[in-house]
Amino acid sequence: MRRFEYHEPATLDEAVALLGRFGDEASLLAGGTDLLVEIREHVHWPRQVVNIKKIQGIAALGYDERAGLRFGALVTAREIETSPVVLEKYPGLAQAARELGSIQVRNRATIVGNVCRASPSADTLPPLIADGATVKVYGPAGERTVALEAFFTGPGTTLLGPGELVTEIAVPPPPPRTGKHYIKHGRRKAMELATVGVGVTLTLDGGACREIRIALGAVAPTPIRARNAEDALRGRALDGAGIEAAARIAMDECRPISNVRGSAEYRRDMVGVLTQRAIRQAMEAVR
Amino acid sequence: MKRVVEVTINGERHELALEPYRSLLDVLRNEVGLTGTKKGCDVGDCGACTVLLDGKPVNSCLVLGVEVAGCDIVTIEGLQPDPERLHPLQESFMKHGGAQCGFCTPGFVMMAKALLDENPNPTEEEIRFGIAGNICRCTGYTRIVTAIQEAAKELSEGRSPA
Repeated sequence: MRRFEYHEPATLDEAVALLGRFGDEASLLAGGTDLLVEIREHVHWPRQVVNIKKIQGIAALGYDERAGLRFGALVTAREIETSPVVLEKYPGLAQAARELGSIQVRNRATIVGNVCRASPSADTLPPLIADGATVKVYGPAGERTVALEAFFTGPGTTLLGPGELVTEIAVPPPPPRTGKHYIKHGRRKAMELATVGVGVTLTLDGGACREIRIALGAVAPTPIRARNAEDALRGRALDGAGIEAAARIAMDECRPISNVRGSAEYRRDMVGVLTQRAIRQAMEAVR
Repeated sequence: MKRVVEVTINGERHELALEPYRSLLDVLRNEVGLTGTKKGCDVGDCGACTVLLDGKPVNSCLVLGVEVAGCDIVTIEGLQPDPERLHPLQESFMKHGGAQCGFCTPGFVMMAKALLDENPNPTEEEIRFGIAGNICRCTGYTRIVTAIQEAAKELSEGRSPA
């Protein structure tokens, strides 16, 4: 591995100071399952690696009925995947975490790391966006909260400014009669990156759709919401024709590229198929 | 600059002076001399370097040596501390043909150990899900799954009162 200097800040302020001092030369290390691969494959050569795992207060996961789910920057994908409250209240997120890498990877990889790396195909982003998650950002100017869907500026880039890091993710509690579903579409079952990812969270009111959020992964430079498709369903009865029409709208809203995992045309077709499927599964999951 | 790291490996305390950019895998193999843990892909895809870090299976190639200060690590060499005996998982891999060339075997055995610690009676599907991060190019996995199933039986029988 290429050489670097290593730092273990004990507090967030120490971490922010190190990031300020080293600027672009520094990379944050949490799980390390992306960073160490990038260093080894010479994609990226940070001169300074700042390990945030010794910082107190950013490793907790908790839920309460009013605030919903909160988890810190050090919470791993495996903790999310096996957390009873996440499995019960955030099944889309639990499913996405379960499909990320292997158990060995998930014992190290953090959800906040998956967010900050901002890969368009990152598994945990569509369900988190569909659930209305926010990220807490800490930096030289203090703390701010950003909606996750507004956090990404392009492949691998985010709103994070110099010296800033994400300390926590918060996800609102599901209202009554809410259902969720995440579908990862890939070429094989495990150790795969998504060709298309679709996350749906919807809330029913009688037979009608009171609220719906549809988030698409791997079909645009960032994860996106299919807002026009959502608008076509919100306030209406969720019947077969309506769901099919909304899925066609979602196909128009995505902006996929062709790469080794699939062509743009294939991805667009799959957005149509999987959006319908995810909506139907989310309806079945309503409780 | 080297950092001094105190770590417990297979029940033994070690004090190591480590460059920060050495992986735990390289530290185990080159500094501690425990070469049972194998280096396959070195990027977290193959699972050959799986060890238990505070009881949890991880790819040791994706952990820095300096990160494990104060931690407890078990490698394939520490699975069965008695040098005269093998662990039931090792016996079962031999008996059921779960190893051919053997390069992936330490990683599979450590992953299987973690799996059975958490879930002593896994279904075939749970076993396959558990070992999804371990690649074997020889066996086609069937015999590995059988070996883990049979070891699970033996271990749970051994645990139940006579």
